[in-house]
Amino acid sequence: MAVSKRIVLHFPRSCVDQPIVYRLVKDYGLMLNILKASVSPNEEGLLVLELSGDRENYEKGVRYLADIGVSIQPLSRDVYRNDARCTHCGACVTVCPSGAFVVDPATRKVKFLDKKCMVCGMCIRACPARAMEMRI
Amino acid sequence: MTRTIAEINEKISKGQAFVATAEEVIGIVEKRGIEKATREVDVVTTATFGPMCSSGAYFNVGHSKPRIKLGGGNSYLNDVPVYTGFAAVDFFLGATAMPDNDPRNRIYPGEFLYGGGHVIEELVAGKNVKFVGTGYGTDCYPRKKIETTISLKNINEAVLFNMRNAYQNYNVGVNLSDKTIYTYMGVLKPNLGNANYCSAGQLSPLLNDPYYKTIGVGTRIFLGGGLGYVAWHGTQHSPGALRTENGVPKRGGGTLAVIGDLKQMKPEWLRGMSFLGYGCTLAVGIGVPIPILSEDNLRYAAVKDEDIFAPIVDYSDAYPQRKPDILGEVSYGQLKSGKIEVKGKEVPTASLSSYPKAVEIAQLLKDWIQKGQFLLTEPVAPLPGVEAGMTFKSLDERS
Ligand code: SF4
Ligand code: SF4
Repeated sequence: MAVSKRIVLHFPRSCVDQPIVYRLVKDYGLMLNILKASVSPNEEGLLVLELSGDRENYEKGVRYLADIGVSIQPLSRDVYRNDARCTHCGACVTVCPSGAFVVDPATRKVKFLDKKCMVCGMCIRACPARAMEMRI
Repeated sequence: MTRTIAEINEKISKGQAFVATAEEVIGIVEKRGIEKATREVDVVTTATFGPMCSSGAYFNVGHSKPRIKLGGGNSYLNDVPVYTGFAAVDFFLGATAMPDNDPRNRIYPGEFLYGGGHVIEELVAGKNVKFVGTGYGTDCYPRKKIETTISLKNINEAVLFNMRNAYQNYNVGVNLSDKTIYTYMGVLKPNLGNANYCSAGQLSPLLNDPYYKTIGVGTRIFLGGGLGYVAWHGTQHSPGALRTENGVPKRGGGTLAVIGDLKQMKPEWLRGMSFLGYGCTLAVGIGVPIPILSEDNLRYAAVKDEDIFAPIVDYSDAYPQRKPDILGEVSYGQLKSGKIEVKGKEVPTASLSSYPKAVEIAQLLKDWIQKGQFLLTEPVAPLPGVEAGMTFKSLDERS
């Protein structure tokens, strides 16, 4: 059975230079979509990704991550749109760095593709109607 | 072929008027040709929904016992200050007013989460609003302080009165500097990171009647979900703006001052807005019917996005410094494609005014007219046209 989850990985200095992504793909046959990646000044790494694949392999992959000292959390923060407030103006479209807002050329309505959202928070204050909200 | 407004109204009353939105009419004219289309179409409905800062409402809250004279003191609706320089219990609430303790841009960029526009939205949603007023006390108005709640149901008058709405055309905002700027044209990313525009284009009222041949003082309109009227030309009305060959302004151009009973209006069409680092305001929904009296008149109303041009303006320097420079002109057709070219660079575009909401308003107004619920009016007086020779003055300081 296939699974797909959005998770947040924190990895300590010791693993920052390991080919984690490569191994997840190659050794465990998982598919991943990186939503956000950063290395903090104290060289701890942060990776937000959507990880999907066969359930058995998924579990093995996650075990591998835990073994090398990576902490794994589900992505619990979520950005969503309050559709009652959205006016479909489009102000968010060019503000979002991950292209999560798409204008339908026929109706000019703005679609929010939450799968593409990497929870950066940019749209929340840039939306004049304050229709974008963050769930923590 | 010509017809009069009286003839159109007769058809509307019988439920026989042919009404098309300014979007639909483009196809009708293309298919049928201008002559046939003029014979068929009686009314074209236009609309816009966007942030319009020179908006506000005046109120008469009735007299308390004992009486208070609010003028000369300070009054607030949900902590947002109102202007009280009138008789005892009349006041005006502006869309961009904000609570005295709002941090503004002290924490930059300010959020401006709540202001006059939001108070108006809550009132039309039927909510109670906190009203606090102070006065200095007189023999006939002895009271010095009042604190209560009001709603649209329990006060005398609540009238939306916007001194400048429905700008005929508008700038496209970009940022040439190397840091993000926060403007009334939205968040503008550095180095031409994005371009924001704010017009319904082919659906916008004054773009469909570029020379103000049918829209005038007294024109009945859709305002905020209720009935309203064009009260006057709006502030900064400049009919002399640069125009294309088809007569459509390529710069700001005309504006409307509008008025209507706030008690009839709805929060779907009056929405408080917060512009990061700039301020709060009110998004207003306006729909204006254009009677088709002649072929010329229909030709104007069939204008399409591809034939309407807006200037690209740098909001990091040219705009704040009032420099006349523009970075080029683009059509709304190009703007709606999602990207334009500025200084050889491809720049993604976004809109601040809501085209889908404008479409909804144009459809609603069409529906009202088709059902005979909305009759057209003859303007009482025309708006100043090109021949008025009005110019858009700047403020040059004098010593
Ligand atoms: S900026 Fe806000 S109101 Fe406008 S389309 Fe985006 S989410 Fe909707
Ligand atoms: S938080 Fe908003 S701006 Fe950021 S990625 Fe998600 S949708 Fe885009």
